[in-house]
Amino acid sequence: MTAASTSSTVSAANTGAGDHFGFLDAFAKRELRRASFKALCIPGYQVPYASREMPIARGFGTGGLQLSLSLLTPEDTLKVIDQGADDSVNAVNLRRFILATCPGVAATTRTTAASVIQTRHRIPETPLHAGQIMVYQVPFPDPLQIIEPSEAKRRRMHAEVDYARLLVRLYEDLVRFREVAITNRYPARVAGRYVIDPSPIPRWDLPKLNRSHAIHLFGAGREKKIYAVPPMTTVEPLAFSDVPFQVEAFTDDEGGRHRCARCGAGDSYLDEIVLPDGGRRWQCNDQDHCDSHREESLR
Amino acid sequence: MGYVAIRGGESAIAAAARLLDVLRAQAGGDPIGVETIRHQLGRLVDRVCGEGGCWHPQLAALAIKQASGDTLEAAFLLRAWRSTRPRLSATAPHRGTDLRVVRRISSAFKEIPGGQILGPGSDYLQRLFSYELLDEDPDKFRAIAKDFFGEEWPGRGTDSASDTVPKVLDALRAQGLLAQPRPPLPAVDITREPITFPCPRPAALAAMTRGESGGLLAMAYTTMRGYGYLHPTVAELRYGFLPIMLPHPVSGELVEAGEVPVTECEIVTLHGKDDPEDAPPSLGLGYGCCFGHQETKAIAMAMCDRSLQNGAQHGVRHPAEDGEFVLMHIDGIESMGFCSHYKLPHYVTFQSDLDNLRKSRGKLDHPGAAEAVFTDPEQIPDGDEL
Repeated sequence: MTAASTSSTVSAANTGAGDHFGFLDAFAKRELRRASFKALCIPGYQVPYASREMPIARGFGTGGLQLSLSLLTPEDTLKVIDQGADDSVNAVNLRRFILATCPGVAATTRTTAASVIQTRHRIPETPLHAGQIMVYQVPFPDPLQIIEPSEAKRRRMHAEVDYARLLVRLYEDLVRFREVAITNRYPARVAGRYVIDPSPIPRWDLPKLNRSHAIHLFGAGREKKIYAVPPMTTVEPLAFSDVPFQVEAFTDDEGGRHRCARCGAGDSYLDEIVLPDGGRRWQCNDQDHCDSHREESLR
Repeated sequence: MGYVAIRGGESAIAAAARLLDVLRAQAGGDPIGVETIRHQLGRLVDRVCGEGGCWHPQLAALAIKQASGDTLEAAFLLRAWRSTRPRLSATAPHRGTDLRVVRRISSAFKEIPGGQILGPGSDYLQRLFSYELLDEDPDKFRAIAKDFFGEEWPGRGTDSASDTVPKVLDALRAQGLLAQPRPPLPAVDITREPITFPCPRPAALAAMTRGESGGLLAMAYTTMRGYGYLHPTVAELRYGFLPIMLPHPVSGELVEAGEVPVTECEIVTLHGKDDPEDAPPSLGLGYGCCFGHQETKAIAMAMCDRSLQNGAQHGVRHPAEDGEFVLMHIDGIESMGFCSHYKLPHYVTFQSDLDNLRKSRGKLDHPGAAEAVFTDPEQIPDGDEL
């Protein structure tokens, strides 16, 4: 083994965790599981937890990572995506840490084959099924943070279902920009009660949370909160009756919709790729979805 | 199902790690020894131990070496290691009076019981380069300690030349100018219980003692420049060795398990007091304590402690009196991590921003143009139908 690969290889031996399956000690896992259960019992409520320091930096997915490590068993199949891709460096880094500390867990890139999917910024395009758990990496757990910096005050506002200032903010955006200027992390009401920050998923993904068959767990490591959307729970984007919620349009110059240049899909979230000649092309953001779509069309 | 090979990322990560290693080695020379770092870059080790929340100078020195001297990264390494350690037991409260002092000063009184002990310090040095250190002679280097300690060296250091002394605060308390110590509040282990607000003082002190030195200093400096001026005086600043007393596993009796170097600071302030409102005016107290020899951090912590207590007692009027504002923003590991995370790809969210911006501009340019994706929120399809 070369010096370079030694310093970049994670193994159970040098994580400092000894023989713990899933890196975390039993007390940490118990706390995470209790917080997760509580979060599922009170949909959308942010449950505080201690949040251990991980060997991955804060902001890189330590909340999601702790959830995954507390959930996984050797029978699980794991998918990790960042920006819709399984092979982006952060996803690779998180995946190899989890696999090194959770012997027996298998990895997959197929959305349909995964039992646990840890994600940053996306929900897969492929519909989720019952039994799957989505784990979100969350930078800001509180949708009220954009209008109220004090957490003590925000907790009170949630307790009193006081979302008036958030709605005023949406209204003011409409007046100034003719658009609600919240593009991702779009606030949504869960089970008719708590409003959540769904993590920085684009608006495109938000309707996928509504009455989804899967369990959705949100982990904010730095902010030390866990919250959840249980299966078959309503998730409604905040909107006005006369100004409905809209997702990204990907409108082309002719007023049509851009399609994926790779698989031809016209029903997926797209990446805009700036070409060396200044031109632009559009491509599926969800790598697995794009691959599957291509395979199908070639068949 | 076995491991699925993932393209790209894996080799990129390995290459980045290798290049980082090359940066440190490309100039040649000898690798720096961890023991050398530990002893000759002592303040750096103290800082990393403090921010890492763990007194382990050897691992701190390794962290400094591994992080090429980046204090935030080094403290992060130590903190990440610390979080895998079990919590074996909790000690009873320790008292600063048990500190065997190497240095202690008071700027409140000229003469203090036990005397002013200047000890090691750079306060009265002229900050001019010692060019002879550019090429230091090893024999001359070894002679420094030998000349000071004589025949007892090696084997003797400043720690053995220290003793306990009474506290300056006790004299103020005896005169009734400072409130008597309140019964200690139960300790809060902020690594096991999340901080919530309003934050109990033990949790605030715990957060500050492992706070990032520069961040804590910036907060304290705001109070010095008028954002909630405290009118502070350093009643006492001491640096020395604190014996750590643990209950014996069999007898339960307290036994000394070792000692840690700490810097402790007590400031008294004219404005702000701990007594009830109807009591006669008295001094307010601010307390700071951190691992190693870190005087600026200990003073800054004491200032922030007083400022936070003022905010808790009288309502927040200035930024440094706000517990959330101070305590949630001084942690180096969390702020550094989150700041670094902006380097991660944000293609998805930025794409969403662009889409929003283009729509918004389109509507402002062509008011009344048709728009519809979902016209009725009730018709948003279920997630699994999309």
